[in-house]
Amino acid sequence: MALNLLNLSALERRFAVDDLLSRYARCIDDDQLEHWPSFFTERARYIVRSQENASRGLPTAAMYCDSRAMLVDRVVALRNANIYESHRYRHLISCTVLEDITAEALTAVSNYVVFRTRTNGATDIFSAGGYRDRIVLDGGSLRFAEKLVTFDTDRIDTLLVTPL
Amino acid sequence: MSTDNLLHWPMQTNGARVPYGVFTDREWYVREQATVFRGETWSFVALEAEIPQPGDYKSTFVGDTPAIVTRDNEGNINVLQNRCAHRGALVCRERRGNARRLECVYHQWNYDLRGRLRGVPFRAGINGNGGMPADFNLDAHGLQSLRVARLHGLVFASFSSTVAPLEDYLDPMVVGAIARLFNREIVVTGDQRQFIHGNWKLYAENTRDPYHASLLHLFHNTFGLYRSSQTGACKMDAGHRHTLLYAMAGTSSTEADKAAYQDSRSLNTAFTLADPSVLAGRREFDDGITLVILAVFPNLVVQQIANTLAVRQIVPYSVDSFELVWTHFGYADDDAAMQEIRLKQTNLIGPAGYVAMEDGEAVEIVQRAITRGADAHSWIAMGGGRAEDAEHLVTESAIVGFWENYRHLMGIAVADS
Repeated sequence: MALNLLNLSALERRFAVDDLLSRYARCIDDDQLEHWPSFFTERARYIVRSQENASRGLPTAAMYCDSRAMLVDRVVALRNANIYESHRYRHLISCTVLEDITAEALTAVSNYVVFRTRTNGATDIFSAGGYRDRIVLDGGSLRFAEKLVTFDTDRIDTLLVTPL
Repeated sequence: MSTDNLLHWPMQTNGARVPYGVFTDREWYVREQATVFRGETWSFVALEAEIPQPGDYKSTFVGDTPAIVTRDNEGNINVLQNRCAHRGALVCRERRGNARRLECVYHQWNYDLRGRLRGVPFRAGINGNGGMPADFNLDAHGLQSLRVARLHGLVFASFSSTVAPLEDYLDPMVVGAIARLFNREIVVTGDQRQFIHGNWKLYAENTRDPYHASLLHLFHNTFGLYRSSQTGACKMDAGHRHTLLYAMAGTSSTEADKAAYQDSRSLNTAFTLADPSVLAGRREFDDGITLVILAVFPNLVVQQIANTLAVRQIVPYSVDSFELVWTHFGYADDDAAMQEIRLKQTNLIGPAGYVAMEDGEAVEIVQRAITRGADAHSWIAMGGGRAEDAEHLVTESAIVGFWENYRHLMGIAVADS
């Protein structure tokens, strides 16, 4: 019998979403970026934008991808084309609230903080903001059909290359 | 020739030699704020489209001096120093908004949109106590007002009462390039902000440097958005303040480019995009030009890269930090498909842009290396090392021109090396 999100208890749903978000963070923070697009559906939208633009109703985004293939390209460019100082992220994701739950999809709204450590060993808060994730059952697994990253930290320090 | 030069500028022969101290010396930075940003220059402060309605305002900077740009009830644009005439507090504490009056929160002194002081609480005292002196004159205590000039929807300001009129300062080359891009009503689509730990002049060099563009920005090169082998040019105004760099995609052949780039790591034609829609665009200009980097001294870059349109304002904060404020725009008559093209191509530019992010890194690796290098010099000579226009892109000539103008403005004579 196919998985139905409405048949799960609130605790089970919450655990499933928490597990997805944790594995997502682990993937990036452990530099397994080639695996990162697999967290998304084939037609997923991944949009990284500032709270400032969002509040003004303006569409400009730092990253604007509307397919899983575009996420693959982000990783290929990061590995092969873009020039940047090597660094490591640590994601902390919390305060998740679930909304709009149907049999096959739900929305998860979370806070995130990303710490970035540069080659000189200094760690700073690189980005603080929120995720608004539309999560769907896709071939029996939970995947992001849309991940809207809205950052408060709109003065991006040096550059943004590794996904948030 | 000033005799108190902090830095040693050797004689230039077929190349510019720039002492690294110009990027690291704090005293020099203070002098530069006075002479460049508060001196005989025009600084870009806003697009008119950012403040379309009466009462709209935006806070920004001229150099590192806080400023407010307002549109008043007559539709005029005012640029005011953002510092209360009373005791120096910021009058405008928001990035933007709409207001009838500008009011300082500290003691509620309030100003109209032209910066004229309109009210001072308790001016006449309370029950005979306190109050301002009888000769206190509101008219004598307005916000400092800067000179303002507008061109095709761009707003510039100057602290100088003697700087040449804007169009003369910009020269027909810059006026023409701005008229070309701002040829009809624009729509602002958002800002991006990038904080870079380096001196602002390293970015001024970077935006006058077609040599690096295809070597640092591998994405450019790999997908033919820009290659040094393309048809293009690197031109300056008569005063060498400003640079117009342009290129036409599709004017070089991949086979010839492979030969030209054989010594370089930067042309990897095996790299393909899984979703090439990011590069799908439209031809927008009849002249065939697909890339324009217009660097306007001291603080503006106007850019067209494929179908992305933006202005970049350089805000220096200290000798070793500045912010780039990218304001993206399209045209009011863009159809839905064109809006989507511009939005998706925004992946190319800005702090996360495929062909732009590296400039932050390039500036920082210079800044980190030149500590204690005040008496050492860079060596800028690609293309012959003279400040001459080039009908090609294998040149640093505009950087030489930048430094000639800069030295002139700062009153620096070159010395025998």
